[in-house]
Amino acid sequence: MSGSAAKDSTVIKTVRFEVLRYNPEQDVKPKLKQYVVPVTKGMTVLDGLTWIKEHQDRTLSWRSSCRMGICGSCGMFINGLPRLACNNQIVHLHSDVVVVKPLPNFDIIRDLVPDLESLFDKHRSAKPHLLRKDLAEQNHPTGEYFQSEQELMNYIQFAYCIKCGLCMAACPTVATSRDYVGPQALTQAWRYTMDTRDDGAPERAATLYSSHGVYRCHFAGACSQVCPKGVDPALAIQLAKKDAFLKAFGLRKQRQATPVLGPVRDWTPKAEIPKAPAPTVTRK
Amino acid sequence: MRESKLWFWHILTAVIILVLLGLHMGIMHLSAILNVLGIGPDDPTKSAEVFHRSQQLFFMITYILLLGAALFHGLYGLRSMLFELSLSKTLEKFIGGLCAVAGFALFVYGSYVAVAVFQLKGV
Repeated sequence: MSGSAAKDSTVIKTVRFEVLRYNPEQDVKPKLKQYVVPVTKGMTVLDGLTWIKEHQDRTLSWRSSCRMGICGSCGMFINGLPRLACNNQIVHLHSDVVVVKPLPNFDIIRDLVPDLESLFDKHRSAKPHLLRKDLAEQNHPTGEYFQSEQELMNYIQFAYCIKCGLCMAACPTVATSRDYVGPQALTQAWRYTMDTRDDGAPERAATLYSSHGVYRCHFAGACSQVCPKGVDPALAIQLAKKDAFLKAFGLRKQRQATPVLGPVRDWTPKAEIPKAPAPTVTRK
Repeated sequence: MRESKLWFWHILTAVIILVLLGLHMGIMHLSAILNVLGIGPDDPTKSAEVFHRSQQLFFMITYILLLGAALFHGLYGLRSMLFELSLSKTLEKFIGGLCAVAGFALFVYGSYVAVAVFQLKGV
């Protein structure tokens, strides 16, 4: 059952979907195929594609999962902008024609399925995890790494990235330079560099400040405009440049990762807070 | 952090160019206003005036500084544009080296001209 069927099924209007179709095993080049779709209240572009698959064309392919803007799977080029198909309602596009294409700046696997391998390769190059020198502590934790609320606020917006690739699809530099690290990976490199629990800034500098790093950004701001989670990659890139400038002049020193806080002792739990459930997995 | 240093110089040279080109525009194209204020020559484009300026230490230093700033800024910009063409690492290194050599050679030649004209005092 499509998502729209569970909602109000009154047809508001009909729209024409123009969907880019491409099967590398059969087609020489991608071509647009048209479908007429009845639109119901709250129907998203993803619902529209599902309706087409259920009623008109079983061979239509795309990638989607959560249907609620969390997993980042259904990034598509919809009416001229990279968007998530699941959190864009058809009526909000204010058009009787919905043109759906795969995300630009990526190869097409089939129809609306982009090959995101380059996105994840670049993401990995940013080392998107805590890098610390205390390996023993990481393998056998004795406490929590300290971080104040303000320190968390300094990077939290960059941590909302869902790796949907919309910023990479919108970026004009990614469009011309396949080597450019791109807004997604640069933002993640900056997110972990800003994390006070992290000690890997020098390692990440190889990605951030390479000849295809932050200095190739043209500051078009398209990445920030299209991000469905409100992340501002353009800001992260500018902050990374500022940090490099301040460090070059000795105005900002390389900080040390925050220490481990020992276990909390002599505390009394608040009566209104329910007791934690028993662990479902026990260590042997 | 080599790229960070290059980028810093790129920004710094932009500021230098802005100031020195502003000075150039003021002297060459705002002479009518400067004359009202009682400063500057009647016609700064006359060859005698050009020679006169070139034989002052201030202008010689200014020309060399502007030459260096413009060369670095322009060649770094060119290198950045070419790097966006998804070239091989070898070609990128070659372009970087070529820009450095060409920039240095043009700077030496341009500075030589500025100093040579400066030393023609009395002509």
